[in-house]
Amino acid sequence: MIRQDFARIDPKRRATFDHKRKQFATASYKPQEYPHRLNFYEIPPTAEITLEEFEQWAIDRLRILAELEACSFRNKTPAETAAHITPLLQKYLPLSSNTSSSSELANERKKDHYSHFILRLAFSATDDLRRRFARVETALFKLRFQNDDARERQAFVETLNFDWEVVGDDEKRELGAELLQSTPGVRRLEDENWFKLDWERVPELVEGRRVLLKRGKAYVPMREQMSMVVSEFTARLERSLELTSRALPRLDEDDRLSPILSHLSKNFTAPDSTYSDSNAHIPGAPINAGSIDTLSQSFPLCMRNLHMTLRKNAHLKHFGRLQYTLFLKGIGLSLEDCLLFWRQSFRNITDDTFNKEYRYNIRHSYGDVGGDANRRGRGYSPYSCQKILTEHPPGPGEAHGCPYRHFSTDNLTALLQATGVSDRDVLRGVREDVEKKRFHMACNRVFEYAHKGEIKKVKDDGTWGAAELDTIVHPNTYFKRSYMLKHLGAVKQEEAES
Amino acid sequence: MSIYSSLPAPKYSDPEIMYAFYQRLFPFRTLFQWLNHSPTPSNDFGHREFAFTLQNDAYLRYQAFPTADLLRKEVLRLNPSRFEIGPVYTTNPRERKTLRKASAFRPLAKELVFDIDLTDYDEIRTCCDKANICHKCWSFVTMAIKVVDAALKDDFGFKHIMWVYSGRRGAHAWVCDRRAREMDDQKRKAIAGYLELIRGGAQTSKKVNIRRPLHPHIARSLDILKAHFQTDILTDQDPWQSDERFATLLKLLPDKSLNESLRKKWESSPNRPSTSKWADIDSLAKTGASRSLDRKALLEAKQDIVLEYTYPRLDVEVSKKLIHLLKSPFVVHPGTGRVCVPIDTRRLEEFDPLGVPTVTQLLDEIDEWDRREGAVGGGNGSQGNGSQGNGNDDPANSQERRLQDYEKTSLKPYVDYFRAFVASLLKDEKVLKRERNEGGADAMEF
Ligand SMILES: [Zn+2]
Repeated sequence: MIRQDFARIDPKRRATFDHKRKQFATASYKPQEYPHRLNFYEIPPTAEITLEEFEQWAIDRLRILAELEACSFRNKTPAETAAHITPLLQKYLPLSSNTSSSSELANERKKDHYSHFILRLAFSATDDLRRRFARVETALFKLRFQNDDARERQAFVETLNFDWEVVGDDEKRELGAELLQSTPGVRRLEDENWFKLDWERVPELVEGRRVLLKRGKAYVPMREQMSMVVSEFTARLERSLELTSRALPRLDEDDRLSPILSHLSKNFTAPDSTYSDSNAHIPGAPINAGSIDTLSQSFPLCMRNLHMTLRKNAHLKHFGRLQYTLFLKGIGLSLEDCLLFWRQSFRNITDDTFNKEYRYNIRHSYGDVGGDANRRGRGYSPYSCQKILTEHPPGPGEAHGCPYRHFSTDNLTALLQATGVSDRDVLRGVREDVEKKRFHMACNRVFEYAHKGEIKKVKDDGTWGAAELDTIVHPNTYFKRSYMLKHLGAVKQEEAES
Repeated sequence: MSIYSSLPAPKYSDPEIMYAFYQRLFPFRTLFQWLNHSPTPSNDFGHREFAFTLQNDAYLRYQAFPTADLLRKEVLRLNPSRFEIGPVYTTNPRERKTLRKASAFRPLAKELVFDIDLTDYDEIRTCCDKANICHKCWSFVTMAIKVVDAALKDDFGFKHIMWVYSGRRGAHAWVCDRRAREMDDQKRKAIAGYLELIRGGAQTSKKVNIRRPLHPHIARSLDILKAHFQTDILTDQDPWQSDERFATLLKLLPDKSLNESLRKKWESSPNRPSTSKWADIDSLAKTGASRSLDRKALLEAKQDIVLEYTYPRLDVEVSKKLIHLLKSPFVVHPGTGRVCVPIDTRRLEEFDPLGVPTVTQLLDEIDEWDRREGAVGGGNGSQGNGSQGNGNDDPANSQERRLQDYEKTSLKPYVDYFRAFVASLLKDEKVLKRERNEGGADAMEF
C-alpha cells in the first residue's frame, strides 16, 4: 500500500514547467481554460507554479490515490469506496460542477490538472508503477464521472469524438430479441438505444457478456457509456505514461524536481512487496520440511486447504503449487527444505518425474533459476490476499485461491469445521461476510476466534498495540501473527518485528 | 522390409524416426507461409519465437529463423522431440540480450489460441480418465470445437480458424486473422471471459451461474449442445447411473419435494440409466410431486445441468497471454506417436483421434509406396534430395510429377487441408496489406 509519511523537500524554490521538458513542449503558453469538470488530461500544463504548490498538490492527490488503492485492496464495494473517498476528495482535491458557481472553480480544476501531471512524472518510471497509477487514476475518474451532473457529463462526452454509430430503428427492430437478451436490465426495446462499434473498444463488456456481438461489432447500450469512456480514459493514459517514461531521462537533468519526484514514487510501494524478507522470518521457529504439518495449524484457510488437498491427493495443480510454494518461502522455509517437502508430498511420482516437471518451478519461485530479474528479486513475492482473491480463480480440480471467495457456502462451512471452527455464531458471521463479499472480514473473524484467548491476553497486558492487530491482508501475516500468539513468551515481539 | 518396420517395437520418439519425419514429411514450407503471411520472408516469421524440446528434455527458448529452409536445417540438426510456437517480437528473439533496454524487446503479435484438454473433464467423464481417451469422450472435444468455432466466427467475425489435434487427448485452436493476432492481453482475456462458463474449483458444487435471459451466445451454444447431451452424455457417459452418483444430480435440482420423490424412485430401481432418470425429472414434475414447484426454476436448473456437462472447459490461461507458447501443428506427440494434424471442421464429426496416423505408420507408408512404384527408384528418400530446401511440401516444385513423400501417405489430406487454409489466409493478408499501405501513404503527410 501507499504509505503517507510525506517528508518535505526544499520548499523554497520555484518550479516551472518550462520548454526544456519535451512532454510539455507542444502546449502553447496561453492560460488554460477548463470548460468541464472532468478531464482526460490530454493537454499538459504550461503555466508557472511554485515549488510549494508543485509538492503540495502532488501530495494531496497521492493521498487520494493511496486511499483508493487501499479500498480496492480491502475489497470494498464501489458504494463503500465512494462513501469513504468523497469526504477526502472534498478536503484534498475538490472539483465543483459548473452549476455550483463556486469561486474556486478555476483553481480547483487547475490543481486537479497539475497534480495529475506531476504524479504522471513521478510514476512513469517502471511498468509496475505505471500500471498501478493508471488503475487508481481510472478509479478516481470513474468516481467523478458517476457523480457528475448528467448534462455536464454529456457535454464532456461529446468533446471526446468517439466514432460510435447509433443503431438505426430498422436494425434495432431486426435484432430486437437478441439486443434485449444481451443487455441485462432492459425489458423493452423502446427503453434503450444502442450504438455499435468494434468490440475491441469495450473489452470489459465483452468479457462479462453484457453486449451483443455480431461479426466483430459490439452493440452497446447507451447506459454503458461510462464503461466505454472509462476504458478510453485508461487506454489514453497508458499510452501517455509510456511516452512519458521514454521522455524521463531528459527530466533527470532538472535537479530541483527529481528528488521530489523520486520521493513521491518511493511512497507508492507495491502491496505485494510489503511482505519483505526482513519481516517474514520468525527467529528461532523450527521451520523445515518436517515441521510443516504441525505449523499448518497456524496457516490461513487458503493454505490449510492447499495443505490438506496435498496430503489427500499427494498432488497439487500448477497454481496451487505456486501459491503454496511462495507462502512457504514467505514463512522462511529454505529452498532445500521446500524441495524436500514437495518431493516427499508427491509420494506417487518418481524422482525422475519430480526432477523433470516440478523441481525447476520451485527453484524458479525462489529465484534460484530464471532470468536476471527473477534471480535479483529472489523469485516472486508471496501472494497477498488481494492477489489471491483477484487473479486466476480456480478451475475444475484446482485447490488454490481463497476458500472464502471460491468455495460454495456448504463446502466452506465443512472446511471450517474440519479445521476446528464449529462455533455457530462464527460460522454465521462468516456466511454474512461472504455474502457481502467481505472475504478479508471472514478470514479475520476466524483468526480472532481461533486466537481469542491469546489476543485478549496481549491486549490486556498491553504488549501488543492496535498496529500489531490490524486487519490481516496477507496470508504470511496471518501465519506469523498466529505463530507468535501461540508461542507467546517463546518469541519476543521486538525481535520478531525487527 | 522397411528399415523402420524392421526395428524392434519402435519408440515413437526414437531420434532416427523423428529425423526421418522432419526430413521427409514435416510441411516446413506451408508452416513458413502460415506464420509469415506472405511468400517473401518478413519479420512476421523472422522475429517469431520457436522453442525446442530436445530428445534429452532440454528446453531451448527464443529460437528464430529468417527462412523456412533455415528452420528446417536447425530442426534436422537438433532433431527435437517437439517444438512450440510463440509470438512475433519487436526484434529478433535471438538478439534480445544485446538490447540496451529490456523493454525494447516485447511481444507484438500472435494467433489467438485455445486449448481443450480432456483431463479438464475428468469429473464428468466416466469412460476414461487422465491421459486416456476413447471415441465416447472425444465427443466432448467435438462439442467444444462446435461452440467455440461458432462464437469466434459469428460473434467476433474471425474467419481463419485452424483446429489442431494435440496428439493425445485434446485440441488446439489457432485464430489467425490479423485482427486476432494483434490483440493485447486485455482483449485476449475478454474473449476468454466471454467464452468461459464453467467456473469454480473441485469444491464448488454449482459450476454454472448465468443470468437470465440467456445471452445469445449461451442460447446458441445450448442449441448446439442439447442433441449431444442426449446421446453423448446421457447414453454414452451415463453419469448418474449408480446410486452414489445420482446425488450429484439431485444437488443441482432446486425443488426439495421433487427431489425427495426422485430419490425414492431411483433408490427403488437401482442402476436406472441416466436417460431414464433425466426423463423422470419432468414426468414426476408433471404428476405434481411437488405442490410448490417453480417450473421456471426447474427449467433453468436443467439448462444449467446440460451446460455443466457439455459446455467447453477451456484452459483459459493459455488464451489470455500474447506471450504464451503452443505446440506447433504437425509435430509428433511423443507419448502416442500421432501427428498433430489439423481437424477439418466441415467434417468435424468424422474426425477420429485414434485413427490419426502415427509417425512410424507414415514412414512405413512411404516404404510401401516406394516398393510398389519401384521404378521411381527410392523416390525422395535420399539425403541429397531432402536438402533442396523445398520444405517437403511443395508438389508444384516436384518436376515430372515426382511425388513428394507426404503425398504417398495418409498424411496427405491433412497437409492439403493446411495448404488450403494457408492459401486462403494469404489471400486476405494481401488485401489487408494493400489497404494498409494506401492508408499509410495518407498518414505520411502528417
Ligand atoms: Zn473415454
